[in-house]
Amino acid sequence: MNAPVLIQPNRIAGKGRLSVADPMRFTFDGKTLPALKGDTVASALIANDIHLVGRSFKYHRPRGIVSAGPEEPNALLGIQRDVARHTPNIRATVQEVYDGLEATSQNRWPSLKYDIGEINDVVSPLLSAGFYYKTFMWPRKAWDKVYEPFIRNAAGLGKAPVHKDPDRYSSQHEHCDVLILGGGVAGLSAALAAAKNGARVIICDEQPTFGGALHFDTDIVIDGMDGFSWAQQAMAKLAAMDNVRVLTRTTAFGYYAQNYVGLIERVSEHLSAPSADLPRERLWEVRAKKVIIATGSIERHMVFANNDRPGILLASSARTYLNHYGVAVGKNVGVYTANDSAYAAAFDLKEAGINIPAIVDIREHPNAELVAKAKALGIRVLTGHGVMAAGGKLRVSSMSVAPVNGGAREVIPIDSIIMSGGWTPSVHMFSQSRGKVAYDAAKSRFVPGVYAQDCVSVGSCNGTDDLSAIIDEAIKAGEEAATYVRPNTSQVSISIEANGGNAWEGTLIGAAPGAEAGKVVKAFVDFQNDVTAKDIRLAVQEGFQSIEHVKRFTTNGMATDQGKLSNMHGLAIAAEALGKELPEVGLTTFRAPYTPITFGALVSHSKGALFEPTRKTPMHESEVAIGAVFEDVGNWKRAWYYPKGGEDMHAAVNRECKTTRTNVGMFDASTLGKIEVVGPDAAEFLNLIYTNPFLKLGVGKLRYGIMCREDGFIYDDGVVARIAEDRFHVTTTTGGAPRVLNMMEDYLQTEFPHMKVWLTSTSEQWAVIAVQGPKSRDIIAPFVDGIDLSAEALPHMSMAEGTICGVPTRLMRMSFTGEMGFEINVPADYGRAVWDTLYEAVEAADGCAYGTESMHVLRAEKGYIIVGQDTDGTVTPHDAGLDWAVGKKKTDFVGIRGLKRPDLVASGRRQLVGLKSIDGRSVLEEGAQIVEDPNQPVPMKMIGWVSSSYWSENAQKPIAMALIEDGFNLMGKKLYVPMANEVIEVEVCKAVFVDEEGGRLHG
Amino acid sequence: MDNSVKLRRSLPLAEKAFGASGVSVTSMGAGYRCSLRVGADDVAALSQALGVDLPQTPKTSARSASRIAMWLGPDEWSIYDSKNNPIDDLKNVDVACAGVDVSHRNTAIEVSGSLAAGVINAGCPQDLSLEVFPVGACSRTILGKVEIVLCRTKADIFHVECWRSFSPYVFEFLSTAAKEQSALAAR
Amino acid sequence: MLLIHCPYCAEERPETEFAHAGEAHIERSTEMNALTDEGFSKFFFYRDNTKGTTFERWRHIHGCGRYFNAARDTVSDKFLTTYKAGEPKPDLSKLVDDQTNAGAKS
Repeated sequence: MNAPVLIQPNRIAGKGRLSVADPMRFTFDGKTLPALKGDTVASALIANDIHLVGRSFKYHRPRGIVSAGPEEPNALLGIQRDVARHTPNIRATVQEVYDGLEATSQNRWPSLKYDIGEINDVVSPLLSAGFYYKTFMWPRKAWDKVYEPFIRNAAGLGKAPVHKDPDRYSSQHEHCDVLILGGGVAGLSAALAAAKNGARVIICDEQPTFGGALHFDTDIVIDGMDGFSWAQQAMAKLAAMDNVRVLTRTTAFGYYAQNYVGLIERVSEHLSAPSADLPRERLWEVRAKKVIIATGSIERHMVFANNDRPGILLASSARTYLNHYGVAVGKNVGVYTANDSAYAAAFDLKEAGINIPAIVDIREHPNAELVAKAKALGIRVLTGHGVMAAGGKLRVSSMSVAPVNGGAREVIPIDSIIMSGGWTPSVHMFSQSRGKVAYDAAKSRFVPGVYAQDCVSVGSCNGTDDLSAIIDEAIKAGEEAATYVRPNTSQVSISIEANGGNAWEGTLIGAAPGAEAGKVVKAFVDFQNDVTAKDIRLAVQEGFQSIEHVKRFTTNGMATDQGKLSNMHGLAIAAEALGKELPEVGLTTFRAPYTPITFGALVSHSKGALFEPTRKTPMHESEVAIGAVFEDVGNWKRAWYYPKGGEDMHAAVNRECKTTRTNVGMFDASTLGKIEVVGPDAAEFLNLIYTNPFLKLGVGKLRYGIMCREDGFIYDDGVVARIAEDRFHVTTTTGGAPRVLNMMEDYLQTEFPHMKVWLTSTSEQWAVIAVQGPKSRDIIAPFVDGIDLSAEALPHMSMAEGTICGVPTRLMRMSFTGEMGFEINVPADYGRAVWDTLYEAVEAADGCAYGTESMHVLRAEKGYIIVGQDTDGTVTPHDAGLDWAVGKKKTDFVGIRGLKRPDLVASGRRQLVGLKSIDGRSVLEEGAQIVEDPNQPVPMKMIGWVSSSYWSENAQKPIAMALIEDGFNLMGKKLYVPMANEVIEVEVCKAVFVDEEGGRLHG
Repeated sequence: MDNSVKLRRSLPLAEKAFGASGVSVTSMGAGYRCSLRVGADDVAALSQALGVDLPQTPKTSARSASRIAMWLGPDEWSIYDSKNNPIDDLKNVDVACAGVDVSHRNTAIEVSGSLAAGVINAGCPQDLSLEVFPVGACSRTILGKVEIVLCRTKADIFHVECWRSFSPYVFEFLSTAAKEQSALAAR
Repeated sequence: MLLIHCPYCAEERPETEFAHAGEAHIERSTEMNALTDEGFSKFFFYRDNTKGTTFERWRHIHGCGRYFNAARDTVSDKFLTTYKAGEPKPDLSKLVDDQTNAGAKS
């Protein structure tokens, strides 16, 4: 870039690790600002002396940047790449600046500085905890017109994108011996130890660079170099090892059963022009034999009046901005603390030339060495003091300081306050693993207690404070993990020398002096959800005892930051109000995700063409070529009908049905399920599975079979062909194929394991072309070799093997139309060629192809059922009029006992019958209910429902099938189908509408 | 009419191929496949008939010339042969078994290159490290939303089999993952 | 996603390769016809739905295809053991002991 480098007022020359040689530009609310490569949006904004970045959710209070990491509750921005790539609620402290990045503030109108919603802050007494539940209850009438539109308008943070997400998201299953969560001192030490001992290691860290606290803590020296440099060297060393995978910008968000851990890698969020082939994010689904949790700890804020003013930050975050990004948070920085860490931050700022007017420490006797050092640096230390309130609105301008035990206030002008209430160990991952935390009363913190999975916590997330202790603990964990996974590997010891680390003492949880019970001040516990100390006390006062209820009533910890800063404070305040010890009140549950993740990453590849498989038959393209319209049947695309010359569906189906009955039609039946049942006991097995008898079925013969469940209800049906003594070709319904095979396998493996019979799915081995109609034999005859097609040699329900068009076929004489017909099975790769050849002949004979709709009509004309349409899981073979298919002499089959249950043999069961519309033209609606008396009061007694209904061009009338109570005894009876606008009169009849004698089958 | 000439097989993926740096996804030619089921007592007889020792250790395969026998279950093998139909060798076998020709049911895709395992792991939840899934290992498993049979023929070559109607999905899945992982590796 | 040890494949495999198949050790009578209505109800409709250790069937449907049995704790969602179809129910007291010892080790 040749443009002049703009001034960044808070960038301190010579501080930080970014290079001025890498300038970048980004915009914030339309204003172009300079930044350096490696900046986060937050560090770049602060460099430009911008702290005001958003408005809070409820009160619309001006808010600034609080932290320098993923715990950030306030600085949520919309980040926009282009019109389709707008992401709301991105934490400015996590988003890296790329050249040209566009950031916008949220939850403000018309502008960040003048926001109309700020009225909420003034009327805040009306918006106390639980205000949603209280305020909008009355008057009832106001709900639709006033409250709901108001809430909808005010609800939510940021603007959701309206365009389809154009980005790629990738996913990856990965396995390792040791997964290490966190790349600070502890994580890196553990990784080095585990990797040196031969373990397959994955180490991840959410930041772009490894180091964790070493980003800010410049007092630490490890192996003779400064801590941060050591971390980079350690990472490089790990990355060079074959058995280690190093993942930066990768957050462990969920810890599930058996060490199954979800990681999200932000791949291209930091790039200004990522390649189109690069996914935006990658989801890692890691299965680890051992997990080492090294997630560190999070500094807490101080809960005091107006602690949310822009310019008030966590002390160690201010130190990160200075030591890593080279940015001072202000020129005149006040310090408010209960913990030693703020001293280190104050010293670094002071040494960088920033004025530190005072360190306000609520402790009477903080560490004397630190106090002495402060004084030596010329910093005033007010021990036993508190900040009673912060002054200023769009930016903090002063702090009002007074002794903790009461006394006069002193107002100290400042432009920033850094604070520390101590540190909260990050037990999120441990807790998600179902481990139980234990309370460390001495240090007012929860640490890992009882483990539930194969994992171990090391470092400050484990409550270990001393640097050497952390390193020793981590090395031990790494070595032990490696040995645990690979017990036969000889052990290698590593040692890491470190010094300079400080175990920071001091803690405050709950409200600071000046914000205690009874004080009417806004001292925020949860910044993002605008929960104050007062709100939590109010919840307890209103009777909420459980911390889970307090959380939901106040919304404390329910924002996108999930209470990383607020949980401990909220808990302490609730415990105090309840008069209980803190561990008795207990922590709220930690749930995945640790930080927000995109739906895109979870969906990953399962969208667009990969949303689900689209299954096509071998003949699909030929059907497309002749104009088929397709319907979805499960995952299959099936030819629905074949319109010609502008026909609508109705006209096409009428023509197809008519042509098939009078001439010839061909149909793609390839999706039918097929199972090859082979073995000496094959017939015996089928005899047990089907209601029909199968032992005596001759070779070359077919039989229609019904399969029940043990309860006696129809499960599936199909035609079974006996290919050889020990080999059957079984067909199932299209949708039933997988479950029928599963049920057969179940019986075979667990109930009849003595049988020598095996099942193989051949659904996709065979393409199936049905050729049906009086001319079907004439059509196929010229192409068939080795099979006598005559009615005598190949009668209805028989089959033979031979060739068609020169390819092997299992040719079955069968019919689902009621016409003479053949189902030609050929190996699938030949399906299309055979179809094309036959179609040419069919067309030449003025025949046609017909689709699934015509197939449905043709079979309904004959009263053939479709399982799942004319049955609903409560229909027995008898109910369906298929009693003849149940072997009366059989001593066992699946369902034999169920069929004898009292309810199944009782009278009045719904039975499958035909229905004629008396007016001769009304086509009933499938699913329509049937009543005996249309004039009875509603709710009427319904005696059945229409299962299939079509216009029959062949019968020249509407036809229907219905399940009606006691239907077999109602032949000729008039019943009624009440519809929205009319009542249709129907007459019960046999469910056969064409060729009742069935002579046409045998041509 | 002369029906003696055999029609050509139209493979579901035709000659589809995708290549990126570090990985290729290529549909394989028309092979022969047999689903073989037999009880433990008769394994030896079938091994002899097929000319390949049916492996009896889970997740393993055995090869002989153009033939590969993959263990799929305790009484189940998939026999793949690029040249000769194994079903022909079972015609005169005199033991209770089930040999079913599934040459057309399945189709095969080869995934090769240094990124191959990672590309398959985009949708397959098994550990495909060489330690756990060595050369010769094979298994029925999952890829995305469908079932596949996976066989590692070389350190960086996998043979992926699936039912023909799922093959466009499998090919699209693998080539999408290949494109992304190639771009990721190039970072 | 759980890891389930398939007794036929002799290794742990991801849950997505498996299908749950209901309570284990419910035997279909060889004399179905002789069952009373009550006997049939018990066989077909009634299930224990245990809180604690339950014996259940799984099928390695996208693996070796075998049905097998498992003892699983429905509270902790941990498998105590898996075993082949047809093998007897393992001794529960021993299993729970093993699990406790294993837990103490790690």
